[in-house]
Amino acid sequence: MTHAARKRGSQVARRDLQFALLTLALLAAVVWAFPGFASPDNLAALLDDTAILVMLALGQMLVILVRGIDLSVAANLALCGMLAALFNRAFPELGVLPVLALTLAAGGLLGALNGILVWKLRLPPIVVTLGTMSVYRGVIYLLSGGEWVNDNEMSPAFVAFTRAEFLGLTSLSWLALICAVAFMLLLRRLPLARNFYAAGGNPEAAAYSGIDAGRMQFLAYVVCGAIAGLAGYLWVARFAVAYTDIALGFELQVIAACLIGGVAIGGGVGSALGVVLGCLFLGIIRNSLPLVGISAFWQMFINGMVILAAVLLSARQQRQPRTTTLEVARD
Amino acid sequence: MISAAAKSWESMLTLVFALGFVLFSLTSPYFLSVDTLSDATFNFTERAIVALPLALLIIAGEIDISVAGIIALASVAMGLAAEQGAGTGTVVAAGLGTGLAAGCINGALVTLGRVPAIVATIGTMTLFRGAAYAVLGDRVLKNYPDGFAIFGQGYLVGPVSIELALFVVLAVAAALFLHGSRWGRVVYAIGANPVATRFAGIAVDRYRFALFALTGLASGLAAVLLTSRLGSTRPSIAQGWELEIISIVILGGVSVWGGKGSILGVVLAALVFGLVTFGLGLMNIPGIVMSIFTGALLILVVAVPALVQRK
Amino acid sequence: MQAPLLTLTDIRKSFGGVRALAGVNLELHPGSITALLGENGAGKSTLVKILSGVHQPDSGVIHFNGGDARIDSPTVARDLGIGVVHQECLVFDQLSIAENLFVNAHPRRRGTVDWDSLHARAQTVLDELGAGFSAHAPAASLSIAQKHVVQIARALVNDSRLLILDEPTASLSQRECAELFRIARKLRDAGCALLFITHRFEEIFELADRYAVFRDGASVGAGRLADTGREELIRLMVGRPVEQLFPKQAVAPGEVLLRVENLGRAGEFEGVSFTLRRGEVLGIYGLVGAGRSELAQVLFGVQRADCGSVTARGDIALVPEDRQGQGSILPFSVAANIALPNLAALAPNGWMHAQRERQLAQQWIGTLAIKAENPAQPVRDLSGGNQQKVVLAKWLARNPAVLILDEPTKGIDVGAKAAVHQVTTEFAAAGHGVILISSELPEIIAMSDRVLVMRRGRLRGEFSREAATPAALLRAASDA
Repeated sequence: MTHAARKRGSQVARRDLQFALLTLALLAAVVWAFPGFASPDNLAALLDDTAILVMLALGQMLVILVRGIDLSVAANLALCGMLAALFNRAFPELGVLPVLALTLAAGGLLGALNGILVWKLRLPPIVVTLGTMSVYRGVIYLLSGGEWVNDNEMSPAFVAFTRAEFLGLTSLSWLALICAVAFMLLLRRLPLARNFYAAGGNPEAAAYSGIDAGRMQFLAYVVCGAIAGLAGYLWVARFAVAYTDIALGFELQVIAACLIGGVAIGGGVGSALGVVLGCLFLGIIRNSLPLVGISAFWQMFINGMVILAAVLLSARQQRQPRTTTLEVARD
Repeated sequence: MISAAAKSWESMLTLVFALGFVLFSLTSPYFLSVDTLSDATFNFTERAIVALPLALLIIAGEIDISVAGIIALASVAMGLAAEQGAGTGTVVAAGLGTGLAAGCINGALVTLGRVPAIVATIGTMTLFRGAAYAVLGDRVLKNYPDGFAIFGQGYLVGPVSIELALFVVLAVAAALFLHGSRWGRVVYAIGANPVATRFAGIAVDRYRFALFALTGLASGLAAVLLTSRLGSTRPSIAQGWELEIISIVILGGVSVWGGKGSILGVVLAALVFGLVTFGLGLMNIPGIVMSIFTGALLILVVAVPALVQRK
Repeated sequence: MQAPLLTLTDIRKSFGGVRALAGVNLELHPGSITALLGENGAGKSTLVKILSGVHQPDSGVIHFNGGDARIDSPTVARDLGIGVVHQECLVFDQLSIAENLFVNAHPRRRGTVDWDSLHARAQTVLDELGAGFSAHAPAASLSIAQKHVVQIARALVNDSRLLILDEPTASLSQRECAELFRIARKLRDAGCALLFITHRFEEIFELADRYAVFRDGASVGAGRLADTGREELIRLMVGRPVEQLFPKQAVAPGEVLLRVENLGRAGEFEGVSFTLRRGEVLGIYGLVGAGRSELAQVLFGVQRADCGSVTARGDIALVPEDRQGQGSILPFSVAANIALPNLAALAPNGWMHAQRERQLAQQWIGTLAIKAENPAQPVRDLSGGNQQKVVLAKWLARNPAVLILDEPTKGIDVGAKAAVHQVTTEFAAAGHGVILISSELPEIIAMSDRVLVMRRGRLRGEFSREAATPAALLRAASDA
């Protein structure tokens, strides 16, 4: 095998490694300037802070893998979060488990709506999810009447779930870790999951192999929606408040994390590890800003710079090398 | 390319507009006055001015979701200029210039950086609005020169506002360009098959860059009008406008895949959009609930033709 | 001879109002290679789609392996043992070669993908085929020929008994074709039934032992190749006696129209120098990968050179190799396509006139005998040959000094081919220069005044009309 082929063979793995090193370097730089950053407490807080982003980004990755995009994840999250809060307010004695089930199911249904429109009607994902994004946000208002659900209206069990600690990490962090590991394993080992890569990489060839690319898109949206729904409860519980505007604009951070993590917008390429690293990268930046004395108002701008840097690099890498007619002659 | 399908789309939009008009006149006693209707136009003029070049861009197969971010950035630039004591002319130049520069950045990312437009403009959207927040924080800029208010609040003749007049002029220009000129033909060709258009000897990237720059300039103009009308600047200005402007374009029958669409459709869609949002506002429906309508409308607009085709 | 593996009886298929197959019969025998012939639009690709389960016939009987069969989906086709090598290389670039062979059919261990078994089996099959590359490499690193091998390997992994090769040689070099044929014969000897679809007659007689001919969606002939000849096959395909394909031409070349000096583009070609005179048809011959299309694109201006110079006494136009992707805008009308490179002339002050545009189209529809209902018809609806005529028309309308034709008759029917040759000759005779790039030896030898041969990005020889024999050209073009 030629050197060029071997190089390209592990391109994804190489990119992940490079990016992991970059993230470590960033962390090292911050720690060098602020040694307190590396304290176990702080690192645990960092993980807790990034947990919801990690879960959402993994779901978004599935959708982007099959050539879709989901701009409605934040609205989905907010709507399911409000549902969770309202449910809990009405039935505090039922505990957390029904809430988990409710938000997973509701989120999955909201995702399924996106999925059906993209699969059966073949509508462009960006238009569909722009539309559902508005609809879902508006529905929150209808459900809540514009009112907030505050922490004093939430049962103690509801709020305590995300904060419960095991081995120094909150249950929220553990959830994110489990999610990350599950995705890494399943995407590699589950035959159905491999079909996501095929469906997104070459839908025509996938059809000839008996894979319905549209159905894979539907499944991706359902999973992405279910995760967003669950994250809705987690968000509301973590911040102990539910209102219409929670996570406003968060979908951009989620997509940014995917892009930075090496997920190709054209589909077929992406790794769970890369996405997790992307989230950590953004999380480290966000948590180190106050230390450096940069106001939180710079957060968005810096995110924008990071996104542009990531996509410019990605575009340069993906440029087709010229046909090697002459090089082959010298072999 | 005005095909039979396009004509029927425009007829449908006209019908929707007429129905809505009748409906709102019946349900609201305030609706049918000249002053009210004149006020109503402000609901769509600024957005529609951006929708015009954005429609050209989408017909050419690209997209720009950073338009609201550009409006915010341009508005901040104007506010800062005003704060420094600049006169109306300089302030307007600051707004237009920022918009143009931002559009050029988008154009460069896509044509030189070879970044897909959706991804590039997600990045610049975050960047531009982020810059607005970074510069302004939670401040508000209010010290605009006296003459500045005329753009957004002035009237040309009778009930016709300057904004409305500007929109009409730009719409006519856009229609002449897209449907009557040879450069408009090239825009359609690029959207239908950019490779073949390049092989026809046309500098496709130059057109793309120009369209992004034009969209940025129009966003700058919208910023001038909006800021002039509000009299103040916050970093959250025009929040969510990218969704509404894209909705107007797609409601107007422009295909997201490129190569199809008309200016008349976009104009009619802007009218429908303005009508619906204004009418619902008269009925005291809050903006966020209105967005249920806009979102559902957007989906319906693309779903109905798809359903019909499936039969 | 053995009983047929596959028998198709009176298969019919329509799409909307268009009849693609109007009663087709076919018999495929194990241990035999059957060539399927037919002009574009004869129904070959529809047949392939039916056999691979993408479409179902409206009526007719499919008899496979002794029983009636309904090929309802690609999975059913695969399970039956039908494998297809598509012209478009349906390979997953982002996956490894090994995984490509097992898409949606991964070997499993306790419900999860068994990667070890997958890689081992993949490598075994590739080695059996004598493929020469490792299963671990990403599919993106493969050439088109190698991707065809991967598709064959995929079919083998699925225990295919019937293998369909759909125009596999279109982009292959001589050497790669030979390799492909070796594999095909090996499969035939192992008892597979092969269906080989191609336009090239030399290949048919070299590889296949049986033939079937479709015309206008119906079977018009079938049998053993030993019992027939090329003329008979053409007659079946076309339905009329074939006129002279290559009109003669004799012109005294005039002044220099194009001078190319030391032209090069990194990674594609270098050191190319030649001149082109008025009235001349300059042929450029070479195998796939020689850099001819790349050279054409640089001359035309759609790609940039890294060194060297091009001096032309006027416009240079290019009829590109990919008729549908590069040459025309399929959803646009005939008139709009013809207008596109001529906008400056049609609308000098910027304002388009529908009348003028239509007239220009009418003029060329007449001159080139383009079979279209009217100038407003979308090019997508035309046959391949007529689409190519539209591409020609749009450049001829510009009256360029130099016209470059890159594989202009690839995949078009015999009648349109003759028309293209006629136009080429007339254009040169009218005082312009023509560069003809072609991989078809008979075509390039008959049409050209001089032939340049490219090999691996460099010019290897120049042949006058007399010296340009197939042997000489081939020798110059292949690896010595």
